[in-house]
Amino acid sequence: MSEHPASRASDLAVFGALMALTAITVGVATVDLGVLNPVAALTIAVVKALLVLVFFMHLRYSSRVTWLVAGAGLFWLLILFGLLMGDYATRVPITL
Amino acid sequence: MPTRDGESSVADATSTHGDGTGRSPLAHPPQLRHHFDDLGQQREAATLGMWVFLVTEVLLFGGLFAAYLVYRVWYPTVFGEASRELDLWMGAANTSVLILSSLTMALAVHASQAGRRAETLAGLAATMALGSIFLVVKAFEYHHKWVHHLVPGPAFAIEGVDPHHAQIFFSLYFALTGLHATHMVIGLGLLAVILVMAWRGRFTPAWNTPVEMSGLYWHFVDIVWIFLFPLLYLVDRHS
Repeated sequence: MSEHPASRASDLAVFGALMALTAITVGVATVDLGVLNPVAALTIAVVKALLVLVFFMHLRYSSRVTWLVAGAGLFWLLILFGLLMGDYATRVPITL
Repeated sequence: MPTRDGESSVADATSTHGDGTGRSPLAHPPQLRHHFDDLGQQREAATLGMWVFLVTEVLLFGGLFAAYLVYRVWYPTVFGEASRELDLWMGAANTSVLILSSLTMALAVHASQAGRRAETLAGLAATMALGSIFLVVKAFEYHHKWVHHLVPGPAFAIEGVDPHHAQIFFSLYFALTGLHATHMVIGLGLLAVILVMAWRGRFTPAWNTPVEMSGLYWHFVDIVWIFLFPLLYLVDRHS
């Protein structure tokens, strides 16, 4: 069985980073960056999610099969968004 | 430690398969199921299975996020104005509460791995308390929406914005946060079971899988909120 070193310091560091990123995302939201606002918000959210996934959810200690499954989930999600928006974004009103 | 008939009296003793002598080539830890070679392989299988389930959850929430994506692209202005009806600070507070609960959950998992029962119990209890605080804040927010006629339906009323498009935002708000809150409630039930198991001393450094799996579930629910917060509360806070 794999026992990885339980590091309380690592947990606290990740927690600190998550709280800091939350503060940053609120701060950035109050500044008008135009189209970059949602980009910044989602980028920060992705970074926070990765911190939780890799550290709290122990992905960094997990097998490659587990990485594959997690990656597959992301892949299918991107297909969902990509093909959905590919449809809607290319719709043109029909005039008869 | 209380025992049931046929079980070892200590959680990490061995199952002897009752050959009477107390020593058997088939002896193994009592938590080991017979279709696995060892606890490590069993733990790997549990982890993999949990991740497969979480992927299904990603697509469950993903469907709602996809709907949100389409409508936000179509009605960005309305989404911005409707988003400002939400209380930013309650949302930020709830985000902080959930992040803290992920910390306490991670600490509980590590404590159960190290065989520290008291710390495991404290971490699990703290996680449940924080999850409950989240739900209480959510209840206040829902009440506020109800009182201010922001619940989609015949009583819906909003000023200065297309009410049809605004109702779409709030439908997505209630669907997303409602599904998330349902997952939180399930998570609290799960943690209650784990808490009882930990209280009874079932977890050892050799076997703490249920705590880890509950941790994976809880962190996933936290990740969903990490995306919900900016998408619902921070659409347009700079106008």
